[in-house]
Amino acid sequence: MKRPHIGSILLGVIPFVAICFTVSLWDRIYPIVFGLPFNFFWLIAWLLLTPLCMLGAYRLEECVSNPHREEGGER
Amino acid sequence: MSSSLVALSIISFIVAAGSLAGFFARFRHKMDLEQWTVAGRGFGMVLVWLLMAGEIYTTFTFLGASGWAYSRGGPVLYILGYQPLMYIVSFFILPLVWEAGQKRKLQTQADFFQARYQNTYLSALVASVGVISMLPYVQLQLTGLGIIVEVASYGAIHRTPAMIIAFAIVAGFVFVSGVRGVAWASVMKDLLLLFAALFIGIAIPYIYFGGIGRMFAAVVQAKPQHLLMPGATKNLGHGWYVTSVLLTSLGFFMWPQNFAAAYTARSGNILRRNAVLMPLYSITMPLMIFVGLTALLVVPGLSNGDLSLLTLVRKTFPAWFLGIIGGAGALTAMVPAAIQILTGATLFAKNLWRPLVAPGMSDRQVATLAKIMVLVLTIGALCLAIGSTISLVNLLLLGYAGVAQLFPGVVLGLFSKRVTAAGVFSGIACGFTIAAVLTFKHLDPWRGMNAGFIGLCINFAVTGLVSLVTVSRAAGFDEDLSAPAEGPKCAANLTCTAVHF
Repeated sequence: MKRPHIGSILLGVIPFVAICFTVSLWDRIYPIVFGLPFNFFWLIAWLLLTPLCMLGAYRLEECVSNPHREEGGER
Repeated sequence: MSSSLVALSIISFIVAAGSLAGFFARFRHKMDLEQWTVAGRGFGMVLVWLLMAGEIYTTFTFLGASGWAYSRGGPVLYILGYQPLMYIVSFFILPLVWEAGQKRKLQTQADFFQARYQNTYLSALVASVGVISMLPYVQLQLTGLGIIVEVASYGAIHRTPAMIIAFAIVAGFVFVSGVRGVAWASVMKDLLLLFAALFIGIAIPYIYFGGIGRMFAAVVQAKPQHLLMPGATKNLGHGWYVTSVLLTSLGFFMWPQNFAAAYTARSGNILRRNAVLMPLYSITMPLMIFVGLTALLVVPGLSNGDLSLLTLVRKTFPAWFLGIIGGAGALTAMVPAAIQILTGATLFAKNLWRPLVAPGMSDRQVATLAKIMVLVLTIGALCLAIGSTISLVNLLLLGYAGVAQLFPGVVLGLFSKRVTAAGVFSGIACGFTIAAVLTFKHLDPWRGMNAGFIGLCINFAVTGLVSLVTVSRAAGFDEDLSAPAEGPKCAANLTCTAVHF
């Protein structure tokens, strides 16, 4: 099976680090951003930032597979 | 007209509409086992998105998240944490699962294991894990449904009769139309739930506090520790958060129905695109949490946190609105439960019963047994729901502890040739046993870590070690596929015989 590009994997790891592994850094109430305690703000922001990271991974995967035209899929 | 009658009538109407959408889907397509389980692999992007999005929005989203915000506080954030991360996992894994499904005509999750490892006992174990883990999940939906009807009827109808009626409907429409019927009912459910979540999530904090920011300010002032971890609990701290987020993000697509939904796509690329966009759909989850927090201050003292959202809605809005919200909630319980039951029944008949007990069964007989199992499993979950009082979130975490044990077998199976059937079997058995023992001895979390996750780590270790010392019969998915896949070894794979019923 085709392995994903290392760049896509790195882009996929970024949200894991931000959302999961660094919890002790951001689990706090202050500073309050847009009325939300910081921990809530942080996680909600990552609901929006994760698709951006994965869009990058998507483009990367498409670049990698296009020369071979393997997928036969649709655009 | 009394309030409860108004509310209940509207709920009944919505439930009936959703069920009819399901029944009528049947008549467009001739039903065979392939149609019934994966709808002929023709679903385009919108439908796949709806099917997958539809399932994750469950009673858990609706009542459980607000319930935990009310009763636990900060730990509820694990829900916001795992939502985006699980899609990252799907981005990398599901397109490959789809590809394998295409080439080998796979229909269930256990079929995947059979195709990869060529071992009937392993695929039967996988099917068992899937079916067993499904029970707390369906129990969750039933419990939620009971809560909805009880609150909407202002206490007039008790949970038990409510659960029984709704599940009769669910079992009925699963029976008749399978996956396609459920997808259409899911559309109705999603539209309603989205409307409900947006409206309530914004309106309720505004009505009581003048806005979400002010609601938070009030909570911070009244209960400063509530919004952090471990919040109102003693043992759900950062270690629990990290391990639970990992457990659920790795485990989400290991639920048999979520796994098998990958087979219904038209291409692997659609699955990647969905993975990129889906976290955006999770935006309704914070809203449910905001409502739970508002409820903390407005209706304090509820013994069961899972009642908080509905109780607050009932207090704030007229009965007809409660009816709409209750109807959304009812569909939100019925549709995912239907999908779960469908998947569990098929798994049982095709990957447990036929290979182990009656290898000579025809596809037609498998389909019939699956239909019988729909009833058996529904009744089983109903009995569990009536008999116990665990919180909705804890029920879900229990289910996850089970299905997440399938993750090593899937991911190592896709990317490594060295992993063996014996390795995966041992890994699953050990991981599942440890998770079960810790949970039922009330040792979850253990040393601050989620029990299911501990099981998963041990699972990986055992799988790796045992694989190193055993020999693999199958050479991974890259073996020559020009040879027919339906050889005598692959007892659980279906050939293309269509069965009509």
